[in-house]
Amino acid sequence: MNEMTQPYPRAQALPVSWFEFATRHRASIASLVVLVFPLVMPFTALAANILIYGLYALGFNLVYGYLGLLSFGHAALFGTGAYFCGIAIVHFGLPWFAAIALGIAGGLVMAALIGVLAIRTRGIYFAMVTLALAQCVYYLFYQAVDWTGGENGLRGINVHVIDVLGIKLDFINPLTRYYVIAAFVIAAFFVLSRILASPFGAVIEAVRENETRAKASGYDVALTRLMTFVLSGGFCGLAGALQALHLSIVPIEILHYDTSGVVVMIALLGGMGTFFGPMIGAAAFLLLENLVSLWTVHWQLVVGAIFMICVLFFPAGIWGTLVSRGKR
Amino acid sequence: MAGLSFDLIALQLFAGLALGAIYVLFAIGLSLIFGMLTVVNFAHGAFYMVGAYAGIYILMLGGNFWICLIAVPLVVGLFGLAVERVLIRPLYGRGIDYPLLLTFGLSYVMVELVRIAFGKTGFPFDTPEVLQGAVNIGVGYFPLYRLFVIGATAAVLLALWLFLEKTSFGLIIRAGARDPQIVRVLGVNVTRVWLIVFGIGTAIAGFAGLLAAPLQGVSPEMGGTILAEAFVVTVVGGMGSIGGAVLAGLLVGVVVSMTSLFVPEMAKVSIFALMAVVLIIRPQGFFGRAGLMS
Amino acid sequence: MTRKTIKSGSISRRRLLTTASAGAALAASPFSINLLRAQEATIKIGFPVPLTGPYGAEAQDQVRAAQVAVAQFNDGGGLNGRRAELLVRDDKLNPGEAATRTLELVEKEKVNFVVGSLSAAVQLAVNNVTKERGIIYNSISQSDAINEAADFSKYTFHEALNPHLTSGAVGRYAFPKFGKKVAFLTADYAYGHEMVRGFLEVGKAFNIENLGDVRHPIGTTDYSTLLPRLQALKPDILCICNFGRDQQISLKQATDFGVKKTTQIIAPLLTQASRVAAGPQAYDGVIGGSSFYWGLEDKFASTKAFNDAFRKMYDGKLPTDYGALGYGGVRTILAAVRNAGSVDTDKVIAAMEALKYDFYKGPQYYRKCDHQSVQSVLVIRSKSKELRNDSDVFEIISAEEPNEAGLRSCEELGHKA
Repeated sequence: MNEMTQPYPRAQALPVSWFEFATRHRASIASLVVLVFPLVMPFTALAANILIYGLYALGFNLVYGYLGLLSFGHAALFGTGAYFCGIAIVHFGLPWFAAIALGIAGGLVMAALIGVLAIRTRGIYFAMVTLALAQCVYYLFYQAVDWTGGENGLRGINVHVIDVLGIKLDFINPLTRYYVIAAFVIAAFFVLSRILASPFGAVIEAVRENETRAKASGYDVALTRLMTFVLSGGFCGLAGALQALHLSIVPIEILHYDTSGVVVMIALLGGMGTFFGPMIGAAAFLLLENLVSLWTVHWQLVVGAIFMICVLFFPAGIWGTLVSRGKR
Repeated sequence: MAGLSFDLIALQLFAGLALGAIYVLFAIGLSLIFGMLTVVNFAHGAFYMVGAYAGIYILMLGGNFWICLIAVPLVVGLFGLAVERVLIRPLYGRGIDYPLLLTFGLSYVMVELVRIAFGKTGFPFDTPEVLQGAVNIGVGYFPLYRLFVIGATAAVLLALWLFLEKTSFGLIIRAGARDPQIVRVLGVNVTRVWLIVFGIGTAIAGFAGLLAAPLQGVSPEMGGTILAEAFVVTVVGGMGSIGGAVLAGLLVGVVVSMTSLFVPEMAKVSIFALMAVVLIIRPQGFFGRAGLMS
Repeated sequence: MTRKTIKSGSISRRRLLTTASAGAALAASPFSINLLRAQEATIKIGFPVPLTGPYGAEAQDQVRAAQVAVAQFNDGGGLNGRRAELLVRDDKLNPGEAATRTLELVEKEKVNFVVGSLSAAVQLAVNNVTKERGIIYNSISQSDAINEAADFSKYTFHEALNPHLTSGAVGRYAFPKFGKKVAFLTADYAYGHEMVRGFLEVGKAFNIENLGDVRHPIGTTDYSTLLPRLQALKPDILCICNFGRDQQISLKQATDFGVKKTTQIIAPLLTQASRVAAGPQAYDGVIGGSSFYWGLEDKFASTKAFNDAFRKMYDGKLPTDYGALGYGGVRTILAAVRNAGSVDTDKVIAAMEALKYDFYKGPQYYRKCDHQSVQSVLVIRSKSKELRNDSDVFEIISAEEPNEAGLRSCEELGHKA
């Protein structure tokens, strides 16, 4: 046997790295994880919360991770979605799917309103404007007591049966409720993945990387920004609507700047600008909160300290750090 | 609206000034730190709260209010120096968001540490005897302590102005706020300047917390509300401008005071609405640097 | 011939079989069935309270006192040997978190009952979750809304007072004594409005003159812009309708502004924790309402018994007003369980509706239409001299006997007769 007939030498690594594989099938992988998730979580309601906050963070990530704008007012989008869905059910008696659609619409509309005003500013000012506008939204909903319940929150979002193409699902059953929510979140994954993979997704990243160049290439930067913000509102609005259905209430705190702060923390923890980051961040944050609360009353200390450590040493977040290690 | 008289409006204005004084002190530190370091200090409220608690601690140890006036800014300032050196300095150059995020997490940690050390419920803080009671300022009776607050704020502003205008270090700070690159090129150790500015900013915040303590007592959460309101002040006045912070602080105080007279429920919203309007029409506020961004 | 050695740590097949069969036999025996059932069947009471946040101290007192009730139940034999267990959760004073915790308690822990919480919004959130799943919820802090038909369900019980009753009692005491010109300083949220409404209702009977209601957002730290205005109205009585930090700060600043020189300050609810946090100066001379004060032990044997049990369990400490509510909320449920002889929800509801009890403050019972505990209201004043002990911060100046007339009528609340 001579060299000529030797079999072709084996490559050192797999022909497709796990990272590339994950990126190409990201929506499917995420969906798979979501399906088996409740089996490993302490309780199903927590798993559902993680999905919901993960979706919220996914929407936020569009603006922060992909567009590069830090918003401190995303609670307004999340909360509007929740309230629109809740009000549809409590005050108008609409069926659940109409309520969810209204929630998404609410998120889109609120994002358009805030976006139109905020998009003119940049950097720190953007963060401050979104914070201020979100606070105005908070007070608006707070004062509209007849619609929102004001400080007492909106109660009575009681959906017992979900009717899907003739099949009646018991929404009170925790696992059933989880899978209904999961179905929407999975759909959102696919939509988001398509958007990011589309030419529009490339424009978003172009604007973030070098605005002047993007403008020079003929892209309408302001419009791109606004559209991304509005899209973000849609995802956050959906998350809010699901939250309303899951908890059967909408608390006024959902519009408070603390809720905006939470999504910033989650996004950073998980890894901004990545697809899986927000979900992982949500899981990490909520699990941490849950576990630490069981052990000590001072969970804020632990969560705050971990957050600071991430900012200092792991700015790419959990997933981001894993990804960069995996790339090497 | 019963009983609306000139006296009442004048009294209300005075109350607004006193209210604004605390905002001014708090916002000056924020503005200084942002102007020089381009860091949005989300933990500023926590430093304010620590100042109030430092006062409590000194009182517990047997000191009096006057000692606090000197000791508290020193203690808080030193703590601020440590924070800048250890936590914030590693983040320079990484983008405007990272120090903001870090201070955001820091505020949680500081609040919880205070809860652990001093309990959750908070403490009363008695007004020093000499400053108790009310004086007739012509249009009505006004608490003496609030006049003291206005006076103390004016004193701090004067000291700060002298420092910035008349000392060489102040010159460096002003130059650094205008153009950090040039200052570095001229051989000045900008990093050390930033360290000191952060210390001064947080020291003033702690002092503000101490002044506020006899007005509202002391609780671990006291930094949260004033932070949000102070952002309004800094934005309206212009991030990085001391003069702007003073003007805006007084303006906000008076706006809140006057709204309370007519539509008290809207007092809080009014300042956020004001902030939104300013940001949209003139993002750099009264005196901020135009085009200040990431 | 080799002998099969049994390595340490491994089990021989024979050993395994014998153990297994013995186990199977044991499992099948009636004796073990009872053992298993007794172990699984603790009576679980979910207890979501705000352990973190500004009311952590009150919440912790609620937990302590609730534990006393559970201990008393278990020591007394439980329900035919079945013990009760308290599952404490932190709701962080956030209705969303409270809903999540309640879902966990109901869905995962499968609690039999829920007792809690400490803010109106949180109570309503917990209630919404429990009533949709048919779990009894006994709410232990103030709320008017929880009595109303929209939020009410047969599973909802309210051990605590409501703002209407409390303001009413304080008004009935103060209005005849201090004058007709009344002004209000109110926190602008549901609870604040409810307090004012209660005062105005009562005020009609005494022909009070409503000089004005100045509203402030909750979380206000500076009342300097509101107090001069109120003083200019020259009221005989100033009703401060807010709670917690708001109350502490507004009382302090009102004192600073010299309001007390010309006006009597009253508040619907004065809590021990607030009085301790703000200090004697701020609260000096202020009159208000309360559901419980340990000093009642001079009047009721039940109070003394409760105080003694609490002192025994917690090193001589005395229970606070919130603590007593935690105790009452849990004890009534357990008493109903014992009376009904089961944990079946409908039977326990019937037992609670039939319950006439005196557990810690004198006679009480639950009104049928809204399950509101009809009870006495104490009128108290802050104390700064001759303090008997650390907890001696109030004196009881009057007590209004339990009377349904103090509550809003069933029709008014929307309940069909």
